[in-house]
Amino acid sequence: MTDSASHPASPASTQKAPPSRLREFWSSFKENRGAVIGLIVFLGFLFVAILAPLLAPYAPDTQYRDAQLVPPFWQEGGSTRFLLGTDAVGRDLLSRLIYGARFSFFIGLLVVTLATSLGVLLGVIAGFAPRWLDTLIMRLMDIVLSFPSLLLALVLVAILGPSLLNAMIAIAIVLQPHFVRLTRAAVLTERSKDYVIAARVAGGRPIRIMFRTVLPNCLAPIIVQAALSFSTAVLDTAALGFLGMGAQPPTPEWGTMLAEAREFILSAWWVVTFPGLCILVTVLAINLMGDGLRDALDPKLKRS
Amino acid sequence: MLSFLIRRLATFIPTFIGVTVIAFAFIRLLPGDPILLLAGERGVSAERYAELQHQFGFDQPVWRQYIDYVIGIFHGDLGTSFSTKRPVLDEFMQLFPATVELGLCAIVLATLIGIPAGVIAAVNRGKFFDQALMSSALVGYSMPIFWWALLLIIVFSGTLGWTPVSGRMGLQYYFDTPTGFMLIDSLLSGQSGAFRSAVSHLILPTIALATIPLAVIARQTRSAMLEVLGEDYVRTARAKGMSPLRVNGVHALRNALIPVVTVIGLSVGTLLAGAILTETIFSWPGIGKWMVDSIFRRDYQVVQGGLLLIALVVMIVNLIVDVLYGFINPKIRKG
Repeated sequence: MTDSASHPASPASTQKAPPSRLREFWSSFKENRGAVIGLIVFLGFLFVAILAPLLAPYAPDTQYRDAQLVPPFWQEGGSTRFLLGTDAVGRDLLSRLIYGARFSFFIGLLVVTLATSLGVLLGVIAGFAPRWLDTLIMRLMDIVLSFPSLLLALVLVAILGPSLLNAMIAIAIVLQPHFVRLTRAAVLTERSKDYVIAARVAGGRPIRIMFRTVLPNCLAPIIVQAALSFSTAVLDTAALGFLGMGAQPPTPEWGTMLAEAREFILSAWWVVTFPGLCILVTVLAINLMGDGLRDALDPKLKRS
Repeated sequence: MLSFLIRRLATFIPTFIGVTVIAFAFIRLLPGDPILLLAGERGVSAERYAELQHQFGFDQPVWRQYIDYVIGIFHGDLGTSFSTKRPVLDEFMQLFPATVELGLCAIVLATLIGIPAGVIAAVNRGKFFDQALMSSALVGYSMPIFWWALLLIIVFSGTLGWTPVSGRMGLQYYFDTPTGFMLIDSLLSGQSGAFRSAVSHLILPTIALATIPLAVIARQTRSAMLEVLGEDYVRTARAKGMSPLRVNGVHALRNALIPVVTVIGLSVGTLLAGAILTETIFSWPGIGKWMVDSIFRRDYQVVQGGLLLIALVVMIVNLIVDVLYGFINPKIRKG
């Protein structure tokens, strides 16, 4: 892709070299104002997650027994000692939210990596496999998809035992059928194209053709789906935490914090409002970015 | 058309078998002895253990247990709830109308707002209205509904005191529920104020549950409309001097609706997943709350039966949607 002159047979060699794919992608991506905002927010969130111990004024689980349910500083009774107030056992809310960013980022990354790698592997296999294996894989995916995702995740956690790791595994399992379907569909359209036949005629081994020749050309929809799954992962893990089946207290995970705060909804609005707001802003930023990615990577859907 | 139906049914049956396998495997995958789990903390004597093992068929080989389980399903036997001692199917049938009522209200609200919003956004493409509507749709789409529901309670029940916090009906009303739908039963009861109470209990859960489908429908309508608005027949209709309302509202929308209807039909799974959270927060006595409560109560017969029945509902609705879609759109039938 860098130097077309080194391939004398390439018809493009006589023309001006096309802009690199990355640059083309970026120029298309930055046109979308929402996507750029999403990216900035996402990077800010990543920054907070990485530097949490430096940014947080207190440790996330230190309890200040003299300061329980202190309101945020701008409200009567609040002080600048705890900028966003404290929760029912006197922990600084701001510090917990900052550490919570770490969990959400880690959750999103791990769930998407698990779901994508498993889903893409199965999807490529289904796309190339003999008919019976293809049917078997796709029927299995249909079965997973016929359960409402959150319900299946809940039941899987009931089997595995409630913990953050098990919640993430459950959500990855629930998400991966989408990757299988997407990858298989992309592989099937690519498989009959000339360059694949050429690679096969040239004697390329099946594994090489599957993963080196075909898969890179199927990546665009997979990347978009991965970006959008990141937000689903954050949202669903928070939901499981909220139901008591995800991260367990005192983990400063945003959904778990909301669950702990539930009994104070009518007396201390801040313990309920801020964790949810963090989830919303994070998910919104990722979705904005995902929309921009889709517009930039998928020419068919571009600027509709 | 017939071959399409047969093909579609041919994928239904193996999926259904797979679902029964998962539901069957569920109790056996739980860590620990299922009978000790069912017995709870008090434990059982050795004779009672053997008796229970025989009663549940755990002394049979696994394939035999599975066959018996499937035969039981076709006889409507999904086990008995350990905490209420009632058949799982009876409990499901009693609670299901509550979920359907909430789900229908949510989908009606989402459609009534989502489709006009999508049309308006598409017609005003790129203008302020479009951007405002689509930004709100994206916020709605990203909303953690368990938090959104809590916010609604804080504002409308706590601060303003307009709506009740939980349940389906005020405690002062008592009447028979022949249909299971509170909106209908309260009218049939003839008690003054009962219908009002039913409506006021429905408002917040409906808004919470409708939010994500609303955003999805608005986005889908907008993109479907944009596709259709570029078509020749729309230009022709415009050139013939029809009013914009007629062109957009009748000619364009009617064709744009096909994918939107599919999205609405296929959102049943999303609705049921959302119902788990919404019903738990508003103490709405439907199947979502029932499942969550049963998981916490370790009432695994209920979880097993509920899992199967909910998957069955989703599968049947998807089947109906697919078949209807095949009727409307001949391209799919050939696929």
